Amino acid sequence: MILEEMVSVATNNNDFKKGVWNTSINVRDFILQNILPYHGNDHFLVGPSPKTVALWNVCKKFTQEERERNGVHSVDTETISGIANFKAGYIDRENEVIVGLQTDALLKRAMKPFGGYKVVQKALEEHGFQPSDEINTLFSKYVKTHNDGVFDVYNSEIKKLRNLGFLTGLPDNYARGRIIGDYRRVALYGIDRLIEAKKQDLASIKGPMTDAVIRLREEVAEQIKALKDMIVMGNHYNLELNRPAENAQEAVQWTYMAYLAAVKEQDGAAMSLGNVASFLDIYIERDLQNGFISEEEAQEFIDQFVMKLRMVRHLRMAAYDEIFAGDPTWVTEAIGGMLHDGRTKVTKTAFRFLHTLYNLGPSPEPNITVLWSPYLPTNFKKYCSKVAIETSSIQFENDALMRTTRGSDDYGIACCVSYQELGKQIQFFGARTNLAKTLLLAINGGRCEITGTKIVDGIEPIQGVLDYEKVMANFAIAMKKVAQVYNDAMNIIHYMHDKYYYEKAQMALIDTNPDINIAYGIAGLSIVADSLSAIKYAKVTPIFNEEGLTVDFKIEGNFPTYGNDDDRVDLIAKDAVKAFNDELKKLAVYKNATPTMSVLTITSNVVYGKKTGATPDGRAYGVPFAPGANPMHGRDTNGAIASLNSVSKIDYRDSLDGISNTFSIVPKSLGATKEEQIDNLVGTLTGYFDHGAQHLNVNVFDKETLLDAMEHPENHPQLTIRVSGYAVNFIRLTKEQQMEVISRSFHESL
Amino acid sequence: MVVFLQGCKLKCVYCHNPDTIDTHGGEDMDIETLVQKAIRMKSYFGETGGVTVSGGEPLLQATNLIAFFKRLKEENIHTTIDTNGRILNHPVTELLDDYTDLIMLDIKHMTEEGFKKITGQKNKETAFLMAKHREATGKKMWLRYVLIPEITSHPELLHQLGAYFKDFTTIEQLEIQPYHKLGVHKWEALGWEYPLKNARENTEAELQSAKAILSNYFQKVKIN
Repeated sequence: MILEEMVSVATNNNDFKKGVWNTSINVRDFILQNILPYHGNDHFLVGPSPKTVALWNVCKKFTQEERERNGVHSVDTETISGIANFKAGYIDRENEVIVGLQTDALLKRAMKPFGGYKVVQKALEEHGFQPSDEINTLFSKYVKTHNDGVFDVYNSEIKKLRNLGFLTGLPDNYARGRIIGDYRRVALYGIDRLIEAKKQDLASIKGPMTDAVIRLREEVAEQIKALKDMIVMGNHYNLELNRPAENAQEAVQWTYMAYLAAVKEQDGAAMSLGNVASFLDIYIERDLQNGFISEEEAQEFIDQFVMKLRMVRHLRMAAYDEIFAGDPTWVTEAIGGMLHDGRTKVTKTAFRFLHTLYNLGPSPEPNITVLWSPYLPTNFKKYCSKVAIETSSIQFENDALMRTTRGSDDYGIACCVSYQELGKQIQFFGARTNLAKTLLLAINGGRCEITGTKIVDGIEPIQGVLDYEKVMANFAIAMKKVAQVYNDAMNIIHYMHDKYYYEKAQMALIDTNPDINIAYGIAGLSIVADSLSAIKYAKVTPIFNEEGLTVDFKIEGNFPTYGNDDDRVDLIAKDAVKAFNDELKKLAVYKNATPTMSVLTITSNVVYGKKTGATPDGRAYGVPFAPGANPMHGRDTNGAIASLNSVSKIDYRDSLDGISNTFSIVPKSLGATKEEQIDNLVGTLTGYFDHGAQHLNVNVFDKETLLDAMEHPENHPQLTIRVSGYAVNFIRLTKEQQMEVISRSFHESL
Repeated sequence: MVVFLQGCKLKCVYCHNPDTIDTHGGEDMDIETLVQKAIRMKSYFGETGGVTVSGGEPLLQATNLIAFFKRLKEENIHTTIDTNGRILNHPVTELLDDYTDLIMLDIKHMTEEGFKKITGQKNKETAFLMAKHREATGKKMWLRYVLIPEITSHPELLHQLGAYFKDFTTIEQLEIQPYHKLGVHKWEALGWEYPLKNARENTEAELQSAKAILSNYFQKVKIN
């Protein structure tokens, strides 16, 4: 045993196939040169090791306690979180083959006040904690945060749209997240080499010292400090992160440490992992072939890595839960997909990642995302389909579409649905605007339909039966205005985030001058489409209150609804996406970022519904929207395929940040036997993506299961469901959110 | 994609689509509209999927189906007919031989008496004749057998079924259709009395023992 360990530690990396990755920082090239695609089936997989079982039992006990303590196990109120600010923490040291926690104890949350101190105070207070006096003095008196900066600069117009619910979830009082560090770099190169490269970059950024140049020099200097901090963090765990990983265990450990640095420093809504499986497989495969490790050990590394990812926590206030329910962290790991050269990125480790959903049971995190292509190995497609049916824990995205439209075959998924090239590109997250409420501006003379507040000039009030052309003309004016204010807010937010809460750890693992996407979003698409369809094909008369604001709509006649593969309305949805995106594209953006947009709501479809009056499609005031790009609940009555076809008509080029669709189907309608169900889900995914769709969350269960989980949560501790671009532990949703999920369309036929 | 055609000359006691029995009901559909619908679904079909025509009894509209299936074959879409095998005239043979990739043939009962009891009609032989015709063309078929406790489930009947078909080479599988009561409300909605009020659904053990018997005769037996 001792001899074996010595042999494995003594391995150096000279046996990897060489390439440009040896002379420049280029993980993709390393993968290209060394990947071993796997076309076989899942029979090689093994169960959890005794160590994994022991460790997972501790985690289960702690998560149970966390639920009993109203969602927070404990908080360190003395320490400001940072890369190297906590000493080592363990779950159960003897059994841990992959080490590292965000703080010094399992599920202990940390304060990250640079995004906004008030939300930290609020979150602490809600759970019965208080920050230490020292920290309180510092952040109340001396330290300026991102949130402070943003509100210094926000104008009254932005505040108005934000308060009335036209803009919701903006990252102006918490971290923006969504940036994916290329965490593999630490394993492949070791930190010393990364520091050297950044130092060279810094030296090459020369004058004249314009704002942009000064800023970039400061950013790279920060990155170098972050890298040095990572070495210190590694030292706490006796890990030599300064050098490259030399075996499989180290590759997993180093990669995790790099990720850990990011989630110690930042608490962005989404802190994706990237696309690490095929990279790690190269090390695992080498150790397996050399006889250094067994399959049991290979699976143990992945199980324990995934277990650590499941234990990531951030300190959140209750209001946050309204838009992002269930305490999500979006540790999104993209699996599968193809290389440009025609080989698949599916490796045995892709299977091992999915297999954690059996070894450790279903779970919302990490947010496992399968990159789907018609060319994926058949065995892998079937295994993914089986896992989706049995766990409802994974989502699918169209690799063929994203790879060809966006250009790289080495990308991760930021948050829920967003393509992000690894190490070369970042994005500025910007939540979303309420497009349904924007439509109501068009009918209410440019005023908020609830408060009467004037938002847009130049829109005449409409009398009598709504005229489609007139409404469309007004809608265009309203979209233009909302887009402009939205863009103003986004520029301010990202300027301030860079200034006060710069992601130095993640950015240290990304090229010095990356491409930047600014990620706008919309909510309420199906409401807009159905409302415009009603106005166009039926007779819709608004009912006004004394103040001249719409309170209801009288609808005479029938109209087609989005979700039935009917072009008459589906193309209205498609055009609305394009129209708003086109408005956004006209506006200047901070750091010359490229505007992109998503049709995605997370769970904010409920809160958006609350803030939106009655709409011309017959939806009443306060009723939740459908999530993401989904058809409205119960209106997609022509079967699952017709519903999917409607969503697939939204053009990805108009919504490059992603088009989220959440699909729930009862097991029986997929087939009588498991084999049939697996094949039919493969067929469904193949068909949907062949139509050019981008994303699908797959839930396979009966409504009864959810109802039972509401009654008896203790029987369903790990019941996981996909909501909108992510998954949640069902029993951690509020009752209202649970009811909304249950009210969604469960397709009973294909 | 399943298309249900209206009209059937049988009135099986367990029919779960009794609303499709009346030959005058239903809604007229344009063939090309259906073809376009199928094309929109084509990429979802995978290796085994396609268009299945069920009913009612689809072969009552064989001439129209020839036109429909001809178009589907032009679009390279797999075609299936779910039938009771009552009709075997010229348009039917042309439809089956030239345009139908798979037939799913319903075997109601192995005795004349039982057949009469279930369908209200005489002559159980028609379905056997269709099976023989299919066998002669060499094109694939599946058999379907509704398993009703006490009425069709007797082991002797299952052995008879197996013995009759065991040498057919074109039968890919036999599907056991467990009797269920899901259609009862439709009978009530039509104001008809449900004839099988006293029948019960199969237990899992009964289904498995029927499967075990039939597996002696067919290369694949599936419980739906």
